[in-house]
Amino acid sequence: MSGLDELFADARTEDRGALIGYLPAGYPTLAGSTELLAAMIDGGCDLVEVGVPYSDPVMDGPTIQAAADTALRGGFRLRQLFELVESVSARGGRAVVMTYWNPVHSYGVDAFARDLASAGGLGIITPDLIPDEAAEWMTASTEHALDRIFLVAPSSSEQRIDLTVKASSGFVYATAVMGVTGARDQVGAGAAELVRRTREHTKLPIGVGLGVRSGEQAAEVAGFADAVIVGSAFVAKAAEGPSAVNALAAELAQGVRNRTR
Amino acid sequence: MPEARAVSKHDQTREEERDQHSRTSHDPDERGHFGPYGGRFMPEALIGALEELSAEYDKARLDPDFIDEFNRLLLNYAGRPSLLTEAPRFAEYAGGARIFLKREDLNHTGSHKINNVLGQALLTKRMGKKRVIAETGAGQHGVATATACALMGLDCTIYMGEVDTQRQALNVARMRLLGAEVIPVKTGSRTLKDAINEALRDWVTNVEDTHYLLGTAAGGHPFPVMVRNFHRVIGDEARGQILAQAGRLPDVVAACVGGGSNAIGIFHGFIDDADVRLVGLEPGGHGIESGEHGATLSEGTPGMLHGAMSYLLQDEDGQTIEAYSISAGLDYPGVGPEHSWLKDTGRAEYRPVTDAEAMEAFQLLARTEGIIPAIESAHALAGARKLGEELGRDGLILVNLSGRGDKDMDTAATYFGYVDPEGEDAS
Repeated sequence: MSGLDELFADARTEDRGALIGYLPAGYPTLAGSTELLAAMIDGGCDLVEVGVPYSDPVMDGPTIQAAADTALRGGFRLRQLFELVESVSARGGRAVVMTYWNPVHSYGVDAFARDLASAGGLGIITPDLIPDEAAEWMTASTEHALDRIFLVAPSSSEQRIDLTVKASSGFVYATAVMGVTGARDQVGAGAAELVRRTREHTKLPIGVGLGVRSGEQAAEVAGFADAVIVGSAFVAKAAEGPSAVNALAAELAQGVRNRTR
Repeated sequence: MPEARAVSKHDQTREEERDQHSRTSHDPDERGHFGPYGGRFMPEALIGALEELSAEYDKARLDPDFIDEFNRLLLNYAGRPSLLTEAPRFAEYAGGARIFLKREDLNHTGSHKINNVLGQALLTKRMGKKRVIAETGAGQHGVATATACALMGLDCTIYMGEVDTQRQALNVARMRLLGAEVIPVKTGSRTLKDAINEALRDWVTNVEDTHYLLGTAAGGHPFPVMVRNFHRVIGDEARGQILAQAGRLPDVVAACVGGGSNAIGIFHGFIDDADVRLVGLEPGGHGIESGEHGATLSEGTPGMLHGAMSYLLQDEDGQTIEAYSISAGLDYPGVGPEHSWLKDTGRAEYRPVTDAEAMEAFQLLARTEGIIPAIESAHALAGARKLGEELGRDGLILVNLSGRGDKDMDTAATYFGYVDPEGEDAS
């Protein structure tokens, strides 16, 4: 049983949604992101997504783009990612990495998987890698016992949802709206429908991301999904420091425990 | 009898035209791979749109009505076939080899870009989409896209790096005159690659009614093969023309390579002629050793950018390195996947040309032949001069003059100091 399987089994036992929080590595600095990740875990995130800052983040809106730019300008290097993941594991937290594929390809897919696993990381979320192109990652993730979190979107056909969930492990990432990352007043109405469609193809837990920023929204999403994924809202709070991040995590953690049914 | 012959000749021409769109042994595999390159390194949210586009394109490329409509537009709107012009006075500065120019600069909108935009705009209508978005570097593709959208009544939004909107202010005005909305992109290096990022962000948000009219033979499948096929007309025309004018095939076909669309279009006319060397000229900027260049194939390593695996300028962490060139249309850190494959297989060669060499060739062509080339195309001309020196007087070189230089007059005037200082009386 992988760390992610345990996490979702526990949440199911407690009849609540799991809370997943995202922050980019190296933002605002390497030391700063270590503190912020700790604040997310302490505030109640069941899982953190450590984002790899990338020069061409086509799936990200302005908030995450700006944070990635700051991290890269600050001299962030890929090998520092593994130190951050290790800091999460050492604190008793769970971490996956979210990354565009080119940095992994460049590092070497097997080497990246090996170093992530030895840092205690549980898997990788791959926003621009589809299973069709993932042969090398399928092998490396199996070899190093990492979970493969692929994405489904409202535009995915039944056939593509089926192909994607069959290649996935740990959980499936459902993008709530057609668009880039960023906090929104309303999570797309299409999210519940996408989760419903995805469930017809898999028993894996389903996390919903893109747009969630409040406890109320978290409760709403936890009403139909197994996990609530929050990114840009955390990145925006990061500018205010660890206590603001901690407070947002606590609000959202409360939200996923008050599922709207 | 004469009438019957005329009909059969007409049919033969139509068959040849259709051939430009038929499958060949140079097509990628079903999922868009040229060897290890190409494919779809794209968010799942866009895969549906790429699948829809592939399906529609696969039908259209075999549909005589679609091909006829496309060819009618090339003939009656774009002004094809473009001329083939020998450049004997320029050739004196190229080792005396014979040099022929494929005059894509004479197409409507002033470059080869019109071929691809007409094809994709027709496809957009076929898919029932009403809105087109596109990126542009120098503005050539943006102007061509805005033109096709005006012609076909499609809404048009163009993303252009803020740096490029300043370098190419006149083209911004042109696009706006044609009814397009031009959005200056202020993220990243504020040039072509960032304009593509922003266009992709728009597409993922509005994919239901929007077609992304990508301007080069790069990106996720089916863009590289589709854009190539819309430009194959360049090479097919040129092959017939040079056989007619020079009596034989060229020793070398030279073309500039940014993303690589004009090069792949002309190369394909000769790709099965094993004795014809295919040479791509990349932007060497301030020189390879300066680190300020856009010579992706000469200096890059394989990786994924904007949806496909290809050679890239990237650092050891896989972060894209910003490209530099005096030419706004060439400073792109990626390149089309098929060029990557042609490099690896050895079928094509790629060489860098510096800003200085390109500008010298730019001025030289103007003064020897009365033709002002685009600075992009001047890279191919500079490459041809060196190739001519290597081949000597028996050499025969075909250069793709991919665009005209009107858009570059500001850059050229500054570079050569043609503008009189303000406030001084010319008398």
